[in-house]
Amino acid sequence: MSEQKILEERAYTLNRRNFLTKASLGLGTASLASLLGMSFFSPSKNGILTPETSGLHGVLNAPHFAPKAKRVICLFQSGAPSQLELFDYKPLLNQMRGQDLPESIRNGQRLTGMTSNQDKFPLVGSIFDFKQYGQSGAYISDILPYTAKIADEICIIKSMYTEAINHDPAITFFQTGSQQPGRPSIGSWLSYGLGSENQNLPNFVVLLSRGTGRVAGQPLYSRLWGNGFLHSLHQGVQFRSGKDPVLYLNDPDGMSKATKRNMLDKIAELNHQQFEVFGDPEITSRIAQYEMAYKMQTSVPEVMNVEGESDMTYKMYGPNATVPGTFAANALLARRLIEKDVRFVQLYHMGWDHHDGLPVAIKKQAEDVDQASAALVMDLKQRGLLDETLVIWGGEFGRTNYSQGKINDTSYGRDHHPRCFSIWMAGGGVKPGIVYGETDDFGYNITKDPVHVHDFQATMLNLLGIDHEKLTYKYQGRRFRLTDVSGNVVNDLLA
Amino acid sequence: MKINLWNKISFCFVVIMITACSKSKIVNSQEFGISQVLPDHIDFNFHIKPILTDRCFKCHGPDENKREAGLRLDTYEGAMAAIGKKLDHFAIVPGDVKSSVLIDRIFTSDLDDVMPPPESNLTLSNFEKKLLTKWIEQGAEWKKHWAFIAPENKVPHVVDELNFVKNDIDKFILAKLQSKNLPASPPAEKEYLVRRLALDLTGLPPDPIDVNEIESNKNSDWIETYVDKLLATDAYAERMTADWLDLARYSDTHGYQDDLERIMWPWRDWVIHAFKENMPYDQFVLWQLAGDLLPNPTREMIVATAFNRNHKITQEGGVIPEEYRVEYVSDRTQTFGTAFLGLSVECAKCHDHKYDPISQKDYYSLFAFFNSVPEAGLIPRYGAVPEPFIELTDTEISEQLTFINNVDTMKKIPLLIMKEMPEPRASFVLSRGAYDNPTTRVYPTMPEAILKFDENLPQNRLGLAQWLFDPQNPLTARVTANRIWQIIFGKGIVSTSYDFGNQGSLPSHPALLDHLALKLIDLNWDLKAFIKYIVLSGTYQQSSKRDEFLSSVDYENIYLARSNRKRMSAEMIRDQALAASGLLKRIIGGPSVKPYQPAGIWEEKTGGGGGSTAKYVQGEGDDLYRRSIYTFWKRTVPPPSLMTFDAASRDFCIVKRQSTSTPLQALVLLHDPQIVEASRVLAYNELSVNSDPKEAIGSIFKKITNRKINEAELNTLFELFQENQKLFDSEPEKIKDFLKIGSFVIENPGDEKILAAITSVTLTIFNLDESICIS
Repeated sequence: MSEQKILEERAYTLNRRNFLTKASLGLGTASLASLLGMSFFSPSKNGILTPETSGLHGVLNAPHFAPKAKRVICLFQSGAPSQLELFDYKPLLNQMRGQDLPESIRNGQRLTGMTSNQDKFPLVGSIFDFKQYGQSGAYISDILPYTAKIADEICIIKSMYTEAINHDPAITFFQTGSQQPGRPSIGSWLSYGLGSENQNLPNFVVLLSRGTGRVAGQPLYSRLWGNGFLHSLHQGVQFRSGKDPVLYLNDPDGMSKATKRNMLDKIAELNHQQFEVFGDPEITSRIAQYEMAYKMQTSVPEVMNVEGESDMTYKMYGPNATVPGTFAANALLARRLIEKDVRFVQLYHMGWDHHDGLPVAIKKQAEDVDQASAALVMDLKQRGLLDETLVIWGGEFGRTNYSQGKINDTSYGRDHHPRCFSIWMAGGGVKPGIVYGETDDFGYNITKDPVHVHDFQATMLNLLGIDHEKLTYKYQGRRFRLTDVSGNVVNDLLA
Repeated sequence: MKINLWNKISFCFVVIMITACSKSKIVNSQEFGISQVLPDHIDFNFHIKPILTDRCFKCHGPDENKREAGLRLDTYEGAMAAIGKKLDHFAIVPGDVKSSVLIDRIFTSDLDDVMPPPESNLTLSNFEKKLLTKWIEQGAEWKKHWAFIAPENKVPHVVDELNFVKNDIDKFILAKLQSKNLPASPPAEKEYLVRRLALDLTGLPPDPIDVNEIESNKNSDWIETYVDKLLATDAYAERMTADWLDLARYSDTHGYQDDLERIMWPWRDWVIHAFKENMPYDQFVLWQLAGDLLPNPTREMIVATAFNRNHKITQEGGVIPEEYRVEYVSDRTQTFGTAFLGLSVECAKCHDHKYDPISQKDYYSLFAFFNSVPEAGLIPRYGAVPEPFIELTDTEISEQLTFINNVDTMKKIPLLIMKEMPEPRASFVLSRGAYDNPTTRVYPTMPEAILKFDENLPQNRLGLAQWLFDPQNPLTARVTANRIWQIIFGKGIVSTSYDFGNQGSLPSHPALLDHLALKLIDLNWDLKAFIKYIVLSGTYQQSSKRDEFLSSVDYENIYLARSNRKRMSAEMIRDQALAASGLLKRIIGGPSVKPYQPAGIWEEKTGGGGGSTAKYVQGEGDDLYRRSIYTFWKRTVPPPSLMTFDAASRDFCIVKRQSTSTPLQALVLLHDPQIVEASRVLAYNELSVNSDPKEAIGSIFKKITNRKINEAELNTLFELFQENQKLFDSEPEKIKDFLKIGSFVIENPGDEKILAAITSVTLTIFNLDESICIS
């Protein structure tokens, strides 16, 4: 870390603390953002602080480049959707149905323990047809009719690859840049780097939904949205459907707003007295946190309450948009959160792990998410938000071109495949309407423009104005970053 | 974000404050290398080394493969060696700045030549450049890394006019304070000190009977008596165990994917037992590392070895078992490094360490100690117990292992333990850390830079444990003493208690740390005696109040001119509410329990698997009111109320938690049924003996904060009582709901309106900053 950085960090700590000390003079002005560790000041070259006149920012004094995106919505499809049934059209696999995967194509690829004992690796093509859409003529599967309609808005990457071959390490890798648990999640890095522009909501919000395709599938782990070694104010906060949208948000039964307000006033008053005695600035910080918690009690239900949305909007997102906790409802919520300037909204849709019975399951999964994902992009666009909001859609790895288990007339399954998978991105400075990267006719190996998960992360940070090698946090003697020790920005994807 | 005029004004004001602050801060931080005033004498370890490691080692450090231009700055020989194609110049020529190429290269404006190079994203400040220059001018003195030099006991002589010194610790503190012209603080008031001692030593608030007794005791010797009393309690053992569970990454589940349940709590019961019996720390650790390798090991020694099986284990179908087996060995290696050596050895897993003298070969030589366990990478069947394990029988438990609280009276309890294969498994350097990329064969040994591994020692975990506690080992006692100091003071003398290496923080009081390390050895690793020594110091007993002067000159309290005011740990906050309300169930050990937790948070994340961990089945009765170390720990979805207060996730070894302040913490404390219930029960208990609400409030306040309420505070809270009573009066239907929270049933609640209002007052008191702090 440069001296400048050290000074900045030091200044930033001082700023925050002194601000809070002074903030106790007038609590109304303390926003969540200020408590998220964002500085109101920019340290100039000589380490002397000057007040900012506009906006709040995170640890980065200024973005490394002009940012194209300001916010991100990640529609994570947990369990790893098959690229071969969705975006990577491979007619050869239909022609060679049942034939063994040639060794020359497999080329030493390690297999999971689930298929390594199979004596045959029978190729199997998609049971669903593909058609071409948009100006690029992108192939998109028949089970994604709505996504097909926005082909000109999205950038499909068919050449993603990862290092892990099992769910836990792979999803952890995608979300944190490391297969081993404990590193901060993407959203935490952004919150740390860019700070918050929102007054009363967490900067990093997580929404979960369960797929209808495979009810018993892969679990999720709260560490996927953990702050790792960053300050816990940067952690992802899960918003849930139902009574308590954020854990512990609601007043206890029988406690009226007025009763509560009385309590909070007295807590502040007594804490002030305590501050007079001990002079500990943490006390004023706590006073402000209580006010913020109180504000969240209003701001969270407000943003979760979709009653005011128009029929038109509901129609756009599909029938499930009115069913809390579904992917469609969450997609709509994501837009509402973005409108409030939440920095990072992370959706997880479970149920994409189709080792067997793939055709039935993936069709249901696609129905869960297709319309709402497309609606989200178009909704952002019509509200003028798409330009500065990056939308990402994809899972943790791909699936094999051969069947796990036997193929029959209507069914087959696919195992995990790290060598290639497909995702799409939209908005936020991404080139719209293109297909990037190619795989071989077997859909097994990348033949053109490979994009490693770290490359993808580097590109995403670039769109947000961040040099992925420069957003670091020193912990246990080492400077950690989201992209660990690799990653190159894929310039071809930038609009 | 709009900033109004008022804000602008206050901002300007703050800026002035900050500028003033930072200046005085810099003046007083000379030895931390950030001073803008060049010191008279440049100290290699304190001024120069931090610059070299942080800005130069990446390319000129211990990692041979990344070394540029043949220059290494991590050894004296390397730094002084001739460089260049013709070997005709030198990076450093002691006493000769002009001939030292290093100086040219850091001052040049040529972007091709300047060091560090622009692409490294690293830079040197002018001040640092001047330090390096002056250091070479003064002869480029070189010293071994401070933590690898054997500690020395040099107690300073001080003039103690104010009677501050209670034992030798204070002499070190006072000497430094005097050199900085800082005054020590007066002793803390008695009521604060009682609370501080109780919470620091037992994690529970003081017993009201003790508080009253001490209040009326006019002698000053109450402290020692009270400390002895606290150290003898079970609560002390539980408090020390809470800390050890983080270090040992204890969990009740396996930690990956479906995250199935495992049984490790008998080991946790052993840890409590060992702390209670005050087992010497060297023996405590030796048993955990190598109990199975001692001659004729007892069953207890074997149970202790479960320490090294607390790591995560996967049951995810389809993984490559060997990849994960290697991961488990790495986890043990990392845990050993962090917990006992205070070194981030894991940095040398894929390449030579960038900052510390640990080569990749050294890493795998340490790895080799933990590599001969007859274990599998993948749990063979869903729900199977991963080898190696023992089955503890109820007879064994009732006869030899009486400290295990087998409440479920299981006939056989399977416990994961350590075992050594008859023939050690061959270990290799793994290229880039990959399990399937073995290169050079290695054998168990330890880096000479720390301490040579005596060839007479057995080349196994037992030998490793003996090496660790060799009196010549410069790290073990320092690391341990520092961690105990951190438990008591909230912050170590080395603030990075996990990193004593080149990139770690320098000790604020190096001589004191040495003194404490030697003291610990002198005491034969008697932890209770050591803790007692620390808390009987005048330094510990100082007031934690700070005035503006102290705040501005030593904001972070590096010099300890006052005591630290600390936020309580997650466990302490919950346990205090249980203890103050009388709900706390003092049962020691046994299977982990499931207290209140928001509904559905396990269920919404499960994939359908998980067995007993798929659905959270809340406990009842006593299970709701046990100390927090007994709360069931599901690693992938840990208890949210504890996590919100910075509990460690237990994914890997952690020796220092964060201490943060967030809005989510306010939500937990205000709304968690555990705290609301405790408020109701405490309110009821006090009202039962004190029907006058005002008196009850005073008494409740004392139960929670352990001090007498002052008049202003009492008036404020009484006003709250009156206001809320009125509100409940106007909405009587709310009273029943409010008093129904939590399972505890009050048979004769009396006037429910009063009870509800007093409950709201009690909840308010639980939410005061003072109530979750140790002042």
